[in-house]
Amino acid sequence: MAIDIKIVEEAKKPIAMHPKKFALWLFIATVVMVFAALTSAYIVRQSNGSWLVFDLPNMFWVNTAIILASSLTMHWAYVSAKQDKIDVTKLAITLTTILGTAFLVGQFFAWGQLVDNQIYLRGKDATAVSGSFLYVISWLHWLHVISGVVVLVVSTTSVFRLKANSKNLLGLEMCATYWHFLDVLWLYLFVFLLLNR
Amino acid sequence: MATTDIHIHSDVHHHGDHDHEHEHHEGNFWTTYIFSQDHKVIAKQFLITGIFWALIGGVLSVIFRLQLGFPESNISWLKPLLGGWITADGKLDPQFYLALVTMHGTIMVFFVLTAGLSGTFSNFLIPLQIGARDMASGFLNMLSYWFFFISSVLMFISLFISTGPASGGWTVYPPLSALEQAISGSGLGMTLWLVAMAFFIASSLLGSINYISTVINMRTRGMSFTKLPLTIWAFFFTAIIGVLSFPVLFAAALLLIFDRSFGTSFFLSDIYINGEPLAHEGGSPILFQHLFWFLGHPEVYIVLLPALGISSEIIATNSRKPIFGYKAMIGSMLFIAILSFIVWAHHMFVTGMNPFLGSIFMLLTLIIAVPSAVKIFNYVTTLWKGNIRFTPAMLFSIGLVSFFLTGGITGIFLGNSAIDIQLHDTYFVVAHFHLVMGSASFFGMLAGIYHWFPKMFGRMMNEGLGQLHFWLTFIGVYLVFFPMHYIGIAGFPRRYYSWTNFDTFSGFTDLNMLVSSAAIATLAAQFIFLFNFFYSMFRGRLAPINPWNATTLEWTTPRNPGHGNWPGEIPAVYRWPYDYSKPGAKEDFIPQTVPYSETPESNLPHETKLIKLESSNGDNAIIVEGSH
Repeated sequence: MAIDIKIVEEAKKPIAMHPKKFALWLFIATVVMVFAALTSAYIVRQSNGSWLVFDLPNMFWVNTAIILASSLTMHWAYVSAKQDKIDVTKLAITLTTILGTAFLVGQFFAWGQLVDNQIYLRGKDATAVSGSFLYVISWLHWLHVISGVVVLVVSTTSVFRLKANSKNLLGLEMCATYWHFLDVLWLYLFVFLLLNR
Repeated sequence: MATTDIHIHSDVHHHGDHDHEHEHHEGNFWTTYIFSQDHKVIAKQFLITGIFWALIGGVLSVIFRLQLGFPESNISWLKPLLGGWITADGKLDPQFYLALVTMHGTIMVFFVLTAGLSGTFSNFLIPLQIGARDMASGFLNMLSYWFFFISSVLMFISLFISTGPASGGWTVYPPLSALEQAISGSGLGMTLWLVAMAFFIASSLLGSINYISTVINMRTRGMSFTKLPLTIWAFFFTAIIGVLSFPVLFAAALLLIFDRSFGTSFFLSDIYINGEPLAHEGGSPILFQHLFWFLGHPEVYIVLLPALGISSEIIATNSRKPIFGYKAMIGSMLFIAILSFIVWAHHMFVTGMNPFLGSIFMLLTLIIAVPSAVKIFNYVTTLWKGNIRFTPAMLFSIGLVSFFLTGGITGIFLGNSAIDIQLHDTYFVVAHFHLVMGSASFFGMLAGIYHWFPKMFGRMMNEGLGQLHFWLTFIGVYLVFFPMHYIGIAGFPRRYYSWTNFDTFSGFTDLNMLVSSAAIATLAAQFIFLFNFFYSMFRGRLAPINPWNATTLEWTTPRNPGHGNWPGEIPAVYRWPYDYSKPGAKEDFIPQTVPYSETPESNLPHETKLIKLESSNGDNAIIVEGSH
């Protein structure tokens, strides 16, 4: 009874990332494309002339500072969760959620300032399209920040239920990626609007 | 003598295995057939919905072909179906004619050839051919179908409202689509169109994100990118194009919604209605066209690439030959995908665009002929001296190649900004895109259904009926669209309700009659397919495990694969998917799961080197064969 032993070539496991993390990056790509389209439309329309030059409301500066700070606290939360510092994580993620909500509220004041400066969604003449663009772009970003705050609330709950720690970081990591993205997206839009008024 | 195969494994389990064990409970009717997260069921849901829409889109086209082919006839017999849209003297309402054209385009481009094609075959084949238990996210996949379903319901409702569905053409150019005063369909019908399309975009994006994520991250052991079947490559590129282009349509639709409902003027300016100027000022309708065609042109390839991938697979399998130029096929699809984003303005040559800009877009457009020609040459050289089996799937794939060629050649005419001045918005354009994108993709879809029906439903479709269906459809399509080239060169504009009122255009009535008759016959031929499809689903011959002697992974699953696709472990992959008629091999195909060490008789020198005589850590696939 002969037994042949045959050794077969190894089938390599292909390189792979976590599929859900990867999907998040793809979602981010779609959001980038929406805003790329809107800001391109903005530039194209602006180059056609008859364009009301507007001043960005001061609240935009404040809100930019708020969302930048929230990105820092988000990173702080992520790092401390990685080191299993639960209490610090709780503090940091709560701060992030509060700052995120503050941004949402702050944008309302910013739009109020725009109205005070007589920039309306539908203005009186052909030059008012600049204001329409300003509102639509900032509203759409605002809607995305709402989704970001919802994700933050979910993450905060899981931190308080001790479900996010160095062994189980996926949720918090994805939350951080999305939140940093929303921050960078706002920075882009803010700088874009500053430079192309 | 029995042979035992003992697979020794270290702790390297595929992470899908664990999910599989958890999900192996039986669901009830609702979780199994309705809110299923299984990619195969979702694929079938997309397929059935797609077939439903194809039927509606086809019927709509026959109704307006009746008007174009037989303008004098009395069609009051359609009153039970169309009601008030038939005028008192038995004619089609001109506004409803425009609605029909618009809805035919929308339905066919988005609901049938995007959702029906990508939704069905990307969902069905990606996990099965790359060796995965399911999609990256079953939940998002389910969501993708149900968003499509909501979108379908809204679009369907819009067909029945009293003001009629959207009527400004499938490209919904403002100001026609933005102003209710323009046409009655631009009222509620257009609102429903926009909301339906918002859901559709969400559905398409969820699907595409899932496809890309699955292809990159969930491949089985050994399935490197150079071992992927061309179907998967095609679905992969399609999904990438979708992720990058559909958001732009969303942005355009968003601005259009603001113009329609909130009084902004992104796309509207200087419009007078009954001598009164509108309040809208300062917008640019051309801006909408730029945004629309930035999606619109890639959309053509979202529709076409899956069909090309499907036909690559079917032509290689049924020629019993390796696909000619595997890497050239991938390269040309990549090149087409990149070019698709930088040619959109060829849809806008006559919008008053700078002629210099036009010539740049013309150059870029004509370059698409290069990768397209590479693909056609590769199909033909794969067929060349092959041992061809003319199954229905194969016939439809060859039909696709034919349409891709005849329709593609007229693309070279239309891509020229000078010739386009004469040909734009004529029936020449209609003939061009119906052949190269419409019929070619439709044939790809049918080929895919005939080829993978055994895997979807475990039964075979009737081959004779399939061949009859092919010949009637193939001849029918050419009879419909070939004469349109002549009508178009003669200058007949598209979307016109009637020509017989103009002496100039009353010349081709006989040709139009032929086109309309052929369209009716072609639609009728599809009922052969429908019968075959539904009859075979329940009464067809039971399918063998691998009915086409194909090499890819889906044919290693059971006849009716359950949730998780493979009952045991997912097979590993050792070779590319096109080892057909390899010299020296025992059979004329070697499945991807067969290691080179088991086929010493057919290995090429470099393949023999791939066999590692010593497995590095003693893990993974060591097969011990013993005889008792």
